[in-house]
Amino acid sequence: MADITFTLNGERITLREEPNLRFLDVLREKLNHTGAKEGCGEGECGACAILLDGHIVNSCLLPLASVDGRDVVTIEGYRMTERYQMLEKAFIEEGAVQCGICTPGMMIAAESMLRENPDPTDEEIRHGLAGNLCRCTGYNMIIAAIRRAAKEGEGLW
Amino acid sequence: MKKQDISRSIEKVDSREKISGAAAFTSDIKLDGMHYAKSVRSPIPRGRIKQVNLPSLPKGYVVVDHRDIPGENVVKMIHDDWPVFPKTEVAYIGEPILLVVGPDKEKVAELADAVEIEFEELEPTFGFTNSAIDLHYDKGDPDRAFETAARTVSYEYETGYQEQAYIEPQGFVGYLDEGTYTLVGSIQCPYYVKNAVLATMAADEDDVRVIQAPVGGAFGGKEEFPSLTATQLAVALRKVQKPIKFIYEREEDMIATTKRHPSKVRMEAALDENNNIQGLRAHVGLDGGAYLGLSGVVLSRGMLAATNAYTIDNVWVDGDVYVTNTVPNGAFRGFGAPQMIFAIEMFIHHVAKEVGEDTYTFRTRHQVSQGDLTSTGGVYRDPIILDEMSKKAEEISDYHRKRKEYEDPDTFKGIGMSWFLHGCGFTGSGEQEKIKARVKLKKDADGTVRILVAAVDMGQGPKTTFRKLVADVLDLPLEQVLFPYPDTRYVPDSGPTVASRTMMVVGGLLARAAKDLKESWREGEVQEAMQRYKQPDYIEWDQDRMKGDAYPAYSWGVNVVEVEVSKVTYEVDIKHVWSVYDLGKAIDERIVLGQADGGQAQGVVGLGYLEVMEHEGGALKQKNLTDYIIPTAVDMPKTENHIMDNPYPLGPYGAKGVGELTLVGGPPAVALAIEQAIGRRVRKAPVTPEYIMELIHNG
Repeated sequence: MADITFTLNGERITLREEPNLRFLDVLREKLNHTGAKEGCGEGECGACAILLDGHIVNSCLLPLASVDGRDVVTIEGYRMTERYQMLEKAFIEEGAVQCGICTPGMMIAAESMLRENPDPTDEEIRHGLAGNLCRCTGYNMIIAAIRRAAKEGEGLW
Repeated sequence: MKKQDISRSIEKVDSREKISGAAAFTSDIKLDGMHYAKSVRSPIPRGRIKQVNLPSLPKGYVVVDHRDIPGENVVKMIHDDWPVFPKTEVAYIGEPILLVVGPDKEKVAELADAVEIEFEELEPTFGFTNSAIDLHYDKGDPDRAFETAARTVSYEYETGYQEQAYIEPQGFVGYLDEGTYTLVGSIQCPYYVKNAVLATMAADEDDVRVIQAPVGGAFGGKEEFPSLTATQLAVALRKVQKPIKFIYEREEDMIATTKRHPSKVRMEAALDENNNIQGLRAHVGLDGGAYLGLSGVVLSRGMLAATNAYTIDNVWVDGDVYVTNTVPNGAFRGFGAPQMIFAIEMFIHHVAKEVGEDTYTFRTRHQVSQGDLTSTGGVYRDPIILDEMSKKAEEISDYHRKRKEYEDPDTFKGIGMSWFLHGCGFTGSGEQEKIKARVKLKKDADGTVRILVAAVDMGQGPKTTFRKLVADVLDLPLEQVLFPYPDTRYVPDSGPTVASRTMMVVGGLLARAAKDLKESWREGEVQEAMQRYKQPDYIEWDQDRMKGDAYPAYSWGVNVVEVEVSKVTYEVDIKHVWSVYDLGKAIDERIVLGQADGGQAQGVVGLGYLEVMEHEGGALKQKNLTDYIIPTAVDMPKTENHIMDNPYPLGPYGAKGVGELTLVGGPPAVALAIEQAIGRRVRKAPVTPEYIMELIHNG
């Protein structure tokens, strides 16, 4: 057991837990944050993506100890932001959501990408999403949504 | 007031809760006192269970196996060969033998690992030798067609396994609610699950309740397999008497759940002196895996697609399902049709090349027209607009110019075109005799209308399109029409969510029920409207001889794919896909276009090129999403998709089937493009770089 302190969606928390717990389990089981989903458990699908110090990370590969002293944003926190609203609108308008299991991870990937590159080309968007699998959409509508959000949300990122 | 065109897109009703992560998928559900279940699986492809050695189980932990089953030890489907828990023999690697159940998930996993099972190994069967189901049909006089042929041409084709790879693995949460087995899960067919559990638990109708949770992708993979996990879970619930969460991990899901059947198709054409195909003989072999499941029905749909979008007067088609000691294969979007359409589309081109004819002219000459007889002697009654569709596809893709340009072998570029059909709904009289779909609309006193059907939204959109459809018929705002997640306690059996039947059949019944309700509408009163499926009078189908109208309607498609093959690595850059579809009428255009892109990702890119799965001695070599490669955003080409209206008189607003159509024609389109790029005849899908190398080196 160890004390692990981190910021979760803007709130500082301390947990006394086994430091080698998977952070995805901590989020889902202990903190009731179920927006990050488990698709593969091996860092391949991106459904469990979160932002760690602003960068996308697969929480299924992340031991709890690694978040000590760091800033974590999950979809539960991200959905309170203006950027989220812009992406949400674009996802809806472009038909980017089918079954929805990958979608929170896609939103996190979009945020992480736009933060580094607020005006990405289609090719850059494709590469930015390469760590997130979607089996329903064939991605093109997600790419269109991110392109639209970047355009309509100019200045937000 | 003039109504808006029904195809005009609206916001999907469940987008917001899915984007925000708030939608509670099965694994997001938590119940007080929840226990966890974990399977112990067979490590061998075939053997007798000699002895099970359990670790010492702490208090509160139990093992559940065949001895705990109160009813039939059979997963109720079509055949009775698939056990809930095997009693004496195992038939494939990964077969679940027993469950360990207990309150702590980690401990359960640890105990499951510690179970030791002794087997007497038996000789396993693999390959296309041990036939368990054989089907046949013929049309015209195929013997004579071959006897009088000026020449014959024959080829063989193969396709591999394909894994559905839904991003949400299989799972249920179950609990006993005053003695009622209540199962909430990721499923396509609530009543398949309910009926299977009723048989295994020897329970009364009211003792089993099945509720659909939001489904994180299915593609056929959650059609029949959940009946196995649900029956196992119900047996465990009876023994443990606590809520249980039973979720597969990715690797379990990959090794133990149903896949697309690997196929071998042999085709032989009899040509007359003008190079017209006067006869076709085909044999379709499917590797069924260890248990039959739905394999016979998959075989049947495959065989029925033998002539695809061509009219051939004399036809002889045989098919076999071979039982092997490998993971059972089953439903996957397209359901046997992709294998057959790959074979016939490639074959038509190969025959044309063999006789030295232009492939485009050759296939156009054999293309079906309205009024022609189908492969089984039914009639294509409705207008067929394939000419306009292919013309459109050729225009937008610049097909003819590119086809000519890429004839230069140095370009290593190619363009391929497939055209294809998909029969909508169950085969033959299945809807009438087996499914007998019923739907209900319930109106509350305040005028709110609830849609009560068992159709599942697994991403393809009926939560939105059914509400839109019913609201449109009733002239009500969308908000006044609700469609709760199906719960067998409240919804009648409108049939499974399969076979591209949801909008055409279930939606059709809903539109009729809505019309009845509208005509009898009384303000302030509670009212119900029911509809039951009735087969169109003109449909005649002889199931034993496979003769007559196999489907009430067909959807049609054209795919064009352009590729460039690397001269160094033989990797294929799939540059663009263009498609045109006739699905009657889109109830929501953007949803249909989403289906198109998704179907092409699985069909063109996945089954056509990228997705490889093989077994060695019954052990799958690809067991997770690291080894089994599905398309990423980088692999997916740009697409341009068009929908051409061709309303079907009996579909709601003219709608026919959508979901499978967008996949079935993909593999031959990409394979034909690669065939042109490399100047070799492609006979296998996926057309991997390894296979391309083999073709180039071996000529």
